[in-house]
Amino acid sequence: MSVAHHVPAKNYVINFFVLMILMIATVVAARFDFGGANLPIALAIAITKTACIVLFFMNVRYGSPLVRVFAAGGFFWLCIMLAFTLSDYLLFTNVMGSPTTVAIP
Amino acid sequence: MSSNSVPEIGPSTPYFAGHFEDVDQKIESDILGMWLFLAQEIMFFGGLFTAYSVYRHAYPDIFQLGADQLNYLMGAGNTMFLLISSLTMAMTVYYTQHGQFRKQLLCFLATMIFGSLFLVVKYFEYKEKWDHGLVPGLNWDPHTVDFAAANLTSPPENLKLYFILYFTMTGLHALHMVIGIGIGIAIFINMLLWKKYGPNRYMAVEMFGFYWHFVDIVWVFLFPLIYLI
Repeated sequence: MSVAHHVPAKNYVINFFVLMILMIATVVAARFDFGGANLPIALAIAITKTACIVLFFMNVRYGSPLVRVFAAGGFFWLCIMLAFTLSDYLLFTNVMGSPTTVAIP
Repeated sequence: MSSNSVPEIGPSTPYFAGHFEDVDQKIESDILGMWLFLAQEIMFFGGLFTAYSVYRHAYPDIFQLGADQLNYLMGAGNTMFLLISSLTMAMTVYYTQHGQFRKQLLCFLATMIFGSLFLVVKYFEYKEKWDHGLVPGLNWDPHTVDFAAANLTSPPENLKLYFILYFTMTGLHALHMVIGIGIGIAIFINMLLWKKYGPNRYMAVEMFGFYWHFVDIVWVFLFPLIYLI
């Protein structure tokens, strides 16, 4: 029965400490200058934390296949939006106009 | 407790409305419906994150200068409060499923308290921005910002852009926290006065937990993007 996904309370506590360590890691990593690598490092840690929360706090790990598809769907749509928007703005740098001339009113 | 004794909290038999075949179908429907709601929340915040990415790419020095105006220790403390509240929320669901009344109440109360602490820190952050004149449209006089040292390649007024995004994104997140605490108080009253949620009826608590964890996830991305880099 899917109701009785009796996850031991210990799992939640372990997950919490993993999240805290990742939080400290992201703060420490941002104190150092890795050049262009700072953003990918911060995003990688954030995505790992999200995976921990979704899989273990929100129990998608123990959900039915349909639940997993629904959960993944939202993030997949977000990836579509980001990928297609940024493909424009990152490839065609003049879409925004030159940064030296455009001022916010 | 064994499954055939009457639990001290919640209904004595598994609860599901008449249009469901059984309790499993009810639970699956609840979870799927909640994920659909969260999917539109992802798109809602995703639009703002997309705008953030586009403008950050266009004005990298402005975003660097903006992040330097924030106190990252306050942001880290707030991250900690939210992670603790997520743990106590997960434990609330656990104790509801196991029918432990006192622990259920205490964990849920802790969730609400740590959520409120987050908002208290947020208040002091916003107040500091107001005192430094960093609120676009209402109080814009950035006298504490050292524009000369930043060697900007775009006009200094563009710092407004960073703070427009800062207030919109953290403000909407804080609004979600306020709504969460409001719904949480209603759930807490149901728990305390009528012992409404127990092993046979816990989906309302678990679905509230989904919302709470989701708001935590939004902050997990907001914190590094706005404060750290």
